[in-house]
Amino acid sequence: MLKRILYWVNDRLPVIEAWERHLSKYYAAKNFNFWYYFGALSLLVLVNQLLTGVWLTMSYNPSSEGAFASVEYIMRDVEFGWLIRYMHSTGASMFFVVIYLHMFKAILYGSYKLPRELIWIFGMAIYLALMAEAFMGYLLPWGQMSYWGAQVIISLFGSIPVIGPDLQQWIRGDYLISGITLNRFFALHVVALPIVLLGLVVLHILALHEVGSNNPDGIEIKKNKDKNGIPIDGVAFHPYYTVKDIVGVTVFLFVFCGIIFFFPEMGGYFLEHANFEQANSLKTPEHIAPSWYFGAFYSILRAITFDIGPIDSKLGGVIAFAGAIAILFVLPWLDRSPVKSWRYKGFISRIAIILFAIVFVTLIWLGTKPTTDTYTIMSQVCTFLYFSFFIFMPIYSSREKIYPVPKRVTS
Amino acid sequence: MKKLSLIFIILLSFNAKLVLAQEEAYPLEAANVNIEDKDSLQRGLRNFIYSCFGCHSMKFQRYERVANDLGIPEDIMMQYMIFNPGIKFGDLMTNSMDEKDAKQWFGATPPDLNLITRAKGVDWVYTYLKTFYEDELRPYGVNNKVYPDVGMPHVLIGLQGVQVDTCGPNDDPELRDPLTGEKLCGLKVDSSRKGSMTPEQYDQFVYDIVNFLHYSAEPFKKEREYIGVYVLLFLLLFFVFAYLLKREYWKDVD
Repeated sequence: MLKRILYWVNDRLPVIEAWERHLSKYYAAKNFNFWYYFGALSLLVLVNQLLTGVWLTMSYNPSSEGAFASVEYIMRDVEFGWLIRYMHSTGASMFFVVIYLHMFKAILYGSYKLPRELIWIFGMAIYLALMAEAFMGYLLPWGQMSYWGAQVIISLFGSIPVIGPDLQQWIRGDYLISGITLNRFFALHVVALPIVLLGLVVLHILALHEVGSNNPDGIEIKKNKDKNGIPIDGVAFHPYYTVKDIVGVTVFLFVFCGIIFFFPEMGGYFLEHANFEQANSLKTPEHIAPSWYFGAFYSILRAITFDIGPIDSKLGGVIAFAGAIAILFVLPWLDRSPVKSWRYKGFISRIAIILFAIVFVTLIWLGTKPTTDTYTIMSQVCTFLYFSFFIFMPIYSSREKIYPVPKRVTS
Repeated sequence: MKKLSLIFIILLSFNAKLVLAQEEAYPLEAANVNIEDKDSLQRGLRNFIYSCFGCHSMKFQRYERVANDLGIPEDIMMQYMIFNPGIKFGDLMTNSMDEKDAKQWFGATPPDLNLITRAKGVDWVYTYLKTFYEDELRPYGVNNKVYPDVGMPHVLIGLQGVQVDTCGPNDDPELRDPLTGEKLCGLKVDSSRKGSMTPEQYDQFVYDIVNFLHYSAEPFKKEREYIGVYVLLFLLLFFVFAYLLKREYWKDVD
């Protein structure tokens, strides 16, 4: 009976072909390691955000009078509302954790290089959409940090010459952040951006399945096929990687649930202390910091404390901020190394990648701290190193001595 | 990998030093709150209703929920904790002070205290309630150590007595230990103006309030941690089977 339904559907929609193409006959290298869990995990967190988001929307009130109280109403009066809310707030931060690790995987193993440039571009677009999604979602609880964090970020647009001030007002829809801003951010957060995100995720995966997954050795497994046309070093995604990912998902959920049930505030990083106070446009908090996941770019913004010719420090900061994100998009064309994986790249590339990771984590950490002279100097050094990683990449990646790449994947 | 961790350690120790170099804030006293202590929570509710609730609301919380969580029967709650006959058991704990009046009287509306321990921290609130001291320059004659120039009068002064800062307004080097630099002065209740409570009784009184505030900020905390244990245990068990399944499938991959 079930089979007959399946065939009936399949005659009208190629579901069997799709299943085979993307799962049971999609071959991935058999030597995936720790870093390869985070793609599947980002999908898991995305689903978590969508589902908990739908349920939060059922009781949330997007108005400046009611927003803060409605979040507390969800936490206290809605059955298991606290769980849904903590799943969503923890999910937001964990989304960035897994995405950053997923992106770092691509940098380690050169997964952005030919022929996977488009996968990287789509991935970066997802990252950009995710940042917008997170930023707008962060305003919704209407706490002090929601309000003033948004105030700081939106004011960045004001530094753009000529159109800046008008643009800023257009984004807010008011002369200051108000219920109008809250309402439009709500609309974008729950309708517009999730659609964009989902569309981009589909494109990301379609593009990936067209060329096939990379692996820690950076070898094209399609070059070594058996007589049936199946890559010798490949295994079918389903069942091999589905069962393997279940193990990874379980470990991830252990951490995720540990946070939800025992440390939902995560020491003030996942839920900021100041955000337990309702937004007040007349009372500026002592120390405003955007969420930790914007920390790296926020530090880069703050690192520009000096004027450069006609560009004042504020605009300079915004340019550096935007440039730090934009430069990631062109990474596939900056890396001139003949090999993909850092396993076979030269000494300089390896050091550069490790240093880049340290610099990025340091910048995130600095972004959550108030400015002091020492911190400013640290963020300036880190900003310089951040950009150096990319700007000098065409030189160091093409000139260094590389190691021989094996023909088959190593275990 | 070793090099990497070494760099991290250096960076971290650098960070620790910077924190120490920052301005000396008033040290917070640990409140050691305990939401399992129902006696303390019940006393805290009483103290809160009688000493704080006149000015501070608790507007996200319902009387009914508090009574149920703290094991207080409905009739007792209605009789001793609710004074307005118009209020129902399931109502939110708002109070009757008008915000505009409050602003005129105190310079700022007294904040709602439902989430205060999550916004400021339990230790902060605990220390705050214990560090009011006499200051002639302030409109209510008192100032506070952790919240300098706060607009709130020392409501509990009748219980605690008048505290004076023996250090004085300036940091007098003679009042510091010449070897360790430790302060030899501090807050002390003036022996001629004692309150109705001993210092121990007052500490307990304040502790109970803070404990209740901590409960109120997250009334579902107990439930959260209770469920959490089972969720994590389930995941541990599930991991074993997930791992065995993975091993079974991957046996034939060389």
